[in-house]
Amino acid sequence: MKRSGFWGLAAVLGLSAAPAAAQQVKLTGAGATFPNVIYQNWMLSYNQANPGVQLNYQSIGSGGGIRQFSDKTVDFGATDAPMTDSAIAAIQGNVLHIPTVLGAVVVTYNLPGVTQQLKFTPALIADIFLGKLTKWNDARITAVNGGLRLPDMDILVVHRSDGSGTSYIFTDYLSKISSEWKDKVGKGTSVNWPVGLGGRGNEGVAATVNQTPGAVGYVELAYARGNRLPYGQVQNRSGAFMNPTLEATTAAFAAAIPNMGPTTDFRVSITDPAAADAYPIASMTYLLLRKEYDDPAKAQALVKFVWWAETEGQAKAAPLGYAPLPAALRPWISDRLSSIMAGGQKVWTASAAR
Amino acid sequence: MLPPQGPPLRGVVFAQPVTGSLHGRDGSLAGATYLAGVSLETTDTPSKVKAAVRLTAPETPALVRHHRRNLGDPTYRVILTGLAVLLPLLMLAVAGQLAISAAPALKKFGFNFMFTTTWDPVAEVYGAAPMIFGTVVSSLLALLIAVPLSLGTAIFLTEFAPRWLRQPIGFLVELLAAVPSVVYGLWGVFVLIPLLRTVAVPPLRAVLGWTPFFKGVFYGNSMLAGGVILAIMIVPYIAAVSREVLLAVPSSQREAAMGLGATRWEAVWSAVLPYGRAGIMGAIMLGFGRALGETMAVTMLIGNRHDLGASLLQPAYTMAAAIANEFSEATTPMYLSALFAVGLVLFVITITINALARLLVWRVAKGAAVGSKAL
Amino acid sequence: MSARAIRRRAKSAVMTAVVAALALLAVAPLVAIFADLVHKGATSIDWNFFLKSPVPAGESGGGVANAIVGSAIIVALACLVGMPIGVGAGLFLAEYGGGRLGWFVRFIADVMNGTPSIVVGISAWTWLVRPSGHFSALAGGAALAMLMIPMLARTTEEMVRLVPNSLREAALALGYPRWRTSLTVVTRTALGGIVTGALVAVARVAGETAPLLFTALGNLNFSTSIAEPMQTLSLQIYVYATGPFEEWHRLAWAAALVLMGMVLTLSLTARWVTRRRHDQ
Repeated sequence: MKRSGFWGLAAVLGLSAAPAAAQQVKLTGAGATFPNVIYQNWMLSYNQANPGVQLNYQSIGSGGGIRQFSDKTVDFGATDAPMTDSAIAAIQGNVLHIPTVLGAVVVTYNLPGVTQQLKFTPALIADIFLGKLTKWNDARITAVNGGLRLPDMDILVVHRSDGSGTSYIFTDYLSKISSEWKDKVGKGTSVNWPVGLGGRGNEGVAATVNQTPGAVGYVELAYARGNRLPYGQVQNRSGAFMNPTLEATTAAFAAAIPNMGPTTDFRVSITDPAAADAYPIASMTYLLLRKEYDDPAKAQALVKFVWWAETEGQAKAAPLGYAPLPAALRPWISDRLSSIMAGGQKVWTASAAR
Repeated sequence: MLPPQGPPLRGVVFAQPVTGSLHGRDGSLAGATYLAGVSLETTDTPSKVKAAVRLTAPETPALVRHHRRNLGDPTYRVILTGLAVLLPLLMLAVAGQLAISAAPALKKFGFNFMFTTTWDPVAEVYGAAPMIFGTVVSSLLALLIAVPLSLGTAIFLTEFAPRWLRQPIGFLVELLAAVPSVVYGLWGVFVLIPLLRTVAVPPLRAVLGWTPFFKGVFYGNSMLAGGVILAIMIVPYIAAVSREVLLAVPSSQREAAMGLGATRWEAVWSAVLPYGRAGIMGAIMLGFGRALGETMAVTMLIGNRHDLGASLLQPAYTMAAAIANEFSEATTPMYLSALFAVGLVLFVITITINALARLLVWRVAKGAAVGSKAL
Repeated sequence: MSARAIRRRAKSAVMTAVVAALALLAVAPLVAIFADLVHKGATSIDWNFFLKSPVPAGESGGGVANAIVGSAIIVALACLVGMPIGVGAGLFLAEYGGGRLGWFVRFIADVMNGTPSIVVGISAWTWLVRPSGHFSALAGGAALAMLMIPMLARTTEEMVRLVPNSLREAALALGYPRWRTSLTVVTRTALGGIVTGALVAVARVAGETAPLLFTALGNLNFSTSIAEPMQTLSLQIYVYATGPFEEWHRLAWAAALVLMGMVLTLSLTARWVTRRRHDQ
């Protein structure tokens, strides 16, 4: 209609054509908020070292990651909750679960005036989230905490409002240690929570707990630390009260390794392990990659990034609140990555890596 | 040569043959070929105008030569009509797409979908009752707060405010509508909720704690917080439309009342407001419709919990907030379809309310795009 | 004066005060929001804020450059699609809108103005994202265009109808065909008003978030590609406001201040344009 409008259109199209000419590979992924802190760190620093590859990650929750990956609207997904057999069958098995880091789910709370770290037994956690324990100064809680004086406040439960792998890990744990939870609620990325307020993402739960006196919620360790939220010690199966340290998280995984072999698909649960020095609510988190990609350039760039994360990237895990993967997994991961095809050819081999 | 009895006419006299068109205030056209005569502007119906024209300017076909081959006009009309028709087509497309995507869920759950209170993605049982309840209750709560504020503002601006104050206050009210929803949410999370927690809820609990509406623990993110932020957000819409409705009330009403000795307020209350009653109802319904569809501010403040409870202090959910949170991650086709069904219900409800509101407002303001400035 | 008259006068005075108080109460939140935006956001605004993209979660020193550019691009896309259709529909309503079709289109436009933006978002997802296999700025722009069109139609109609008929008649008397009269004479006269309407519509969609959640998705990186996901100021504010990091909250307030600044500038410009027309 007007001349200026026409030139505006041309300008915008010109703008968008330019990056394509620069041969930059753009990859989009979405999913878990659990590893968002380290994924953002990895992706932005990888892009600085490799300007030809731009990685975009949106933390919309594990449920979102699985859904978008299955819908093929993203190049890779991210989830803490492994896909179910039926979900895998629905996409004709075109998925690989690649673990990236280990993380711990902590029980975080907001109790003004309480400086001592709280201890939680499995039964306490179950009853709090079932809504059976409603006051912080309940006798059962103070008993476990050696008679500590707790404020006369209501317990305000905060859970996830979105489809969450962190929820999956947490409810997986609760289903193992509480038969009542298993019958009433069950495990999943999105369950029918008996009580509580919904926060969006690990970010939302941490924010809500931080802003609500008397609140209790479950988040990945990095979010509790990054926000200076206190978290409690959790009693493991052997009876010891554990902090979610690097060692305790790694120990939780150690027992699972013998059960996995070179052909493992990595979909194992490591909550409530028997080991005496293990933190009871820990988990792997996965990147979802396809076995077959359409675009070889994109697939190759993606796999190179993933291998970088599995090797050099692991050094960033501990400072950010995650535990690096045990080295024993590396050859198996490399095998999986080598099997990825695009256009009838493999996109990467282990020897190609530095 | 004016017609004996007719609408007020204003005109320009000219002496050239011309084919012109006349616009009635309601946008209708009356084409007339006339010679020397008057170009007429009138606020009345075209038929009266046509009659007036024919009386004043008998057509003399011989002197009129306007039958040029004119392709431009029909083309122009076709293009514009085509563009305009896109609007109803678009709405039909949206409605159709929602219905198609929602069909699987609606087929499975039937009408009960709107009344089931469980929303359980694990067991694949979907009931929208808590969301519908939360949407309606938060919007009604918003109306409760916003209507006095908006009507008071509209009355103040049209009847009582000194002239120098009208522009600034009017502008500020319009600006309320320009603040993005997410900014309201940001302010709500960090300023409003702590304010409610410290200043508003304790006295409310003290006075009204015995009612079921203020029982239980105050989570911060709650139906109350959602309702209050919605109230702030819909004030500009109700105020702007009410203001235009009140401005459309003929001053004869006001003057008649004052002439009979009424005080300023009595004139407003007994003469002006009743005249604009329908339009004000329309304005309120417009505000209600807006509140029903709000998404971002609500999802940041309402607590996001599929629960149906009487207490305003508890977290709740609205249809829009649920879609925003769960759409990206509905992992099964039935889950996604259920969310589309929620979208369909929301769409139907807001369309109905808005349609009723527009009809009410048009009755008073005669088809003008009332309130479009505030939009 | 009788006692009754005094009571009535007093009541009138009291009610005057009451409506004045209600009006002040109605605008109080706006003043509070602006005050908070400036107070909490202004200190975080520096050159870095405008020039840099986000840094990883939890670190400090990032900016919102990608969001500002993203907002501009997506709004531009929305205008490209929305303006021709919206203004065209508005011209139709003003020129030929007297009959039943005109009434119907007008009604639909008003009703569409109240459609929840989240519903528009999921429709755009179904039509543009799902079949194409990726989120994109284009899909986001299309969703925003669907919101702009009914707004533009109505404001354009109003502004064109305000053009005095004498102008139309004069052009027709000079021999201009109908379509040329409408396009060159009438529209040019109403241009100020049409631009006002466009500015108001742009200000509104610039702040939208819900329809972009499933269309533009968001992007950590600086990107100008319209076929890829894109970040906007509104999405950035949403992510940062609901997050736990103090740094993010700071940036959220600052981004909100910038967004509000943009919206305010557009609104003020629109008002200024209209005011000049009234003076003339």
